[in-house]
Amino acid sequence: MIKLLEARNVGKRFGGLTALSEVSLTINKGEVYGLIGPNGAGKTTFFNVLTGAYIPDDGEFVFNGIELPVGKPHLVVEAGIARTFQNIRLFSQMSALENVMAGHHIRTKANIWGILTQNKHTREEERLTTERAYELLKYVGIERFADTICKNLSYGDQRRLEIARALATEPQLLALDEPAAGMNATETSQLKVLIEQIRRDGVTVLLIEHDVKLVMGLCDRLSVLDFGKKIAEDVPAVVQKNEAVINAYLGGGKHE
Amino acid sequence: MDQLAEAVPYLGKRNLKAARWVVIIIALVAPIIAMMFGRTWVRILDFALLYMMLALGLNLVVGFAGLLDLGYIAFYAVGAYTWAFLASPHFGVHWPFWAILPLGAGFAAMAGIILGFPVLRLRGDYLAIVTLGFGEIVRIFMNNLNYPVNITNGPQGINALDSMNLFGWDLARNLTIGDVQIHSLYLYYYFFLLCVAGSIMFIQRMQISRIGRAWAAMRDDELAAKAIGINTRNLKLLAFSLGATFGGVAGGLFGSFQGFVSPESFSLMESIAVLTMVVFGGMGNIAGAVVGALALTALPEILRNIAVPLQETLFGHVLLDPEVLRMLLLSLAMILMMLLRPGGLIPAHARYSRPELLGKGVRT
Amino acid sequence: MDTLLQQLLNGLVVGSVYALVALGYTMVYGILGLINFAHGEVLMVGALTALTVITTLMGVSPDMPPLLLLGIGLLAAMVVCMIVAFLMERLAYRKLRNAPRLAPLITAIGVSFLLQTLAMIVWGRNYHTFPQLISTTPMQPIEGVYINPIQITTIVASAIIMVGLVLLVTRTKLGRAMRATAENHRVASLMGVDVNKIISLTFVLGAALAAVAGVLFASNYGIAHYAMGFMPGLKAFTAAVLGGIGNLGGAMLGGIVLGLVEAVGAGYIEHLTFGFLNSSYQDIFAFVILGIVLIFRPTGLLGERVSDRA
Repeated sequence: MIKLLEARNVGKRFGGLTALSEVSLTINKGEVYGLIGPNGAGKTTFFNVLTGAYIPDDGEFVFNGIELPVGKPHLVVEAGIARTFQNIRLFSQMSALENVMAGHHIRTKANIWGILTQNKHTREEERLTTERAYELLKYVGIERFADTICKNLSYGDQRRLEIARALATEPQLLALDEPAAGMNATETSQLKVLIEQIRRDGVTVLLIEHDVKLVMGLCDRLSVLDFGKKIAEDVPAVVQKNEAVINAYLGGGKHE
Repeated sequence: MDQLAEAVPYLGKRNLKAARWVVIIIALVAPIIAMMFGRTWVRILDFALLYMMLALGLNLVVGFAGLLDLGYIAFYAVGAYTWAFLASPHFGVHWPFWAILPLGAGFAAMAGIILGFPVLRLRGDYLAIVTLGFGEIVRIFMNNLNYPVNITNGPQGINALDSMNLFGWDLARNLTIGDVQIHSLYLYYYFFLLCVAGSIMFIQRMQISRIGRAWAAMRDDELAAKAIGINTRNLKLLAFSLGATFGGVAGGLFGSFQGFVSPESFSLMESIAVLTMVVFGGMGNIAGAVVGALALTALPEILRNIAVPLQETLFGHVLLDPEVLRMLLLSLAMILMMLLRPGGLIPAHARYSRPELLGKGVRT
Repeated sequence: MDTLLQQLLNGLVVGSVYALVALGYTMVYGILGLINFAHGEVLMVGALTALTVITTLMGVSPDMPPLLLLGIGLLAAMVVCMIVAFLMERLAYRKLRNAPRLAPLITAIGVSFLLQTLAMIVWGRNYHTFPQLISTTPMQPIEGVYINPIQITTIVASAIIMVGLVLLVTRTKLGRAMRATAENHRVASLMGVDVNKIISLTFVLGAALAAVAGVLFASNYGIAHYAMGFMPGLKAFTAAVLGGIGNLGGAMLGGIVLGLVEAVGAGYIEHLTFGFLNSSYQDIFAFVILGIVLIFRPTGLLGERVSDRA
């Protein structure tokens, strides 16, 4: 197994509130790794710290053997980590295709001079960006909406579009923040197929999810967060039987 | 260009090629028609072209990148004063235009970066107020830097600026070809037109490029833009300094055309006027900036020529002088547009790229 | 030393006026998140209205006591300003409450210039002499330090009004409704607060303070004209940000501090820059302070204590 991402003693506080404390975990290349936990357990905070939206108070992330920059989202994306949002955040004024094209921004290079002169390299790059974006729309199955302004897409299609946009950044690790939230059973099972496909194509997936069934069926390994601490990490079958996890989920009295 | 053509009523949606010719022909014959009403109108058109450049530049900042800059006129001032310092008897320096114009643009871009660095992390409305403060500071310095060393000549401004001299061809002099004499105002018009056309081409290429797309993304949702790896700080700085560059070039042209510069030309009201042009025409839209600039430069002048005589016949004296009318028009245009048609005269459409680039085999 | 004391005193006078105007900015910002760019113009409308009323009355009955004149003028100014602010909110801002963030600000800029233009139409472009009904004869309480009755009036009146406003916001049912609205419009309306009414009221209240500030300002300088509101307005906004926008105490503190910094700065800038800059650069202080505060401490001196918002 090759380590892809390693979190080392990551901690984050907001005022007096400890959102994350000494969270360490390792994600291996090619797996689907789940991060679960009750509401307010710190899952999204973990995402935000990982992707550079927040600056951690303690600890660090090592990605591909190199420490990730702190508080610089664009560098994290450049290093190869892409994310989606719990409450979908698309560029509402753009068409679906353009959303994905925007996602490719960091892998393109044309500068002002190239754009002004529209030289061969710029035109070729733009053509490739467009083609690649279209292929990604096809990949997630919404190519027929390429020219639709994304706010007019259905909820499930918006989720797919956001994943396509994240994939356009050519990530090695795709971090999905509750992708199944608000989806019906059919959409969820389609999503499962998509995530499995993404994994088969060589992208590691980090998945925050509430839908326990989806997580258990999809993840190779998972961690459970509760009150900002990691309380378990293992394969789904083992975690399911872990007493601390059951307590956390069923609201055992020990925290009150 | 194409955006302008699309904006042509009726024709724009049906026959783009014809609409394009309509725009070109209008642009070319406009001063000739204007001359029929008198020389002033050609002059007004010349100024309209300068305002177009300003509106195009500000539109890049406000419309594309979503940064409300209320001190934009300061960059115009930088360009104009660069011209005044380097091409007037004030310091006794007379550099050629091809040296000053890029220099003025460069200074303006630099000013944009210097201002942008600290302020671009501010939220939208705070950014607006701080840029306004910057504009005022620049104006205060222009007004007062005649003491202890006379740099700007204070409120009087600087006079007798060199005219635009394109490699020995002086735009301020009428051109005689055989028996035909072409008035200097025409020369300026076509030169400015060339500059505006160049600006439009450049800005349109920016808009449909990866950078334009990233600006649009950032304006729509900054957090999401960061999450796909867009370096928002650099892109904001780029928008700011590019916008400033246009201001700087327009400023230089203004200085040489007008022949004098003074702080009065760079008041907050002028910043607001340019912003109104952008808002009125349609934020984020090249055609909007062009049409907005044209409409709001020409309308006050038309009013001046209609309303003043009209008031004299009706009331026997002038109740509202032209300057009041202009302010009234601008402020009402701004308020009413925001309330009734926030997208502006020509609302921007949601397209920042060219899906037609897709290879035939790809799209199925 | 005496110069310093004198500058501080002058700063306190100007600062009190800034504070009064800053309160209006901060209240509206606290409740709507809107920088009411046109608030400074309300001050101008107040001063010019008072001017018209006072000069008319002086023409009609020349022997009316000056304080009564000033009182009537002030009252008229307050009424007119309140109407202007009410209309402003109702016609221009209300529709944009849920619009994209820049729309209300752009509208506010438009309203500001519209008010200036209208004032230019009504009162002309000229500077008017504002009757100084409270004496401006300087007294000398300490050797070398001068203060005149209008300056004393300005400080005292501002202080009384500010205390009154704080009591209104913290002690009355109306104040509670305002604070609730500032917290959360929807929840407040669920609790039976008429949010629209409260917002109108906030504008009107702020306008009344601006009217007082306008009359005090004009009385101090003996001058009024259509563009007089712009600079004080901008500086009052700076004061509000400096103190922590949305925070009543902050607005007052910010106003006073800004007044002091400006006065002292103007007195010493020539020394500080070895004669390169002189007091004509006074207006720069406000902008520089504004920039520095926003960049390094956007929450202002007192921070944003949500419970204090009104």
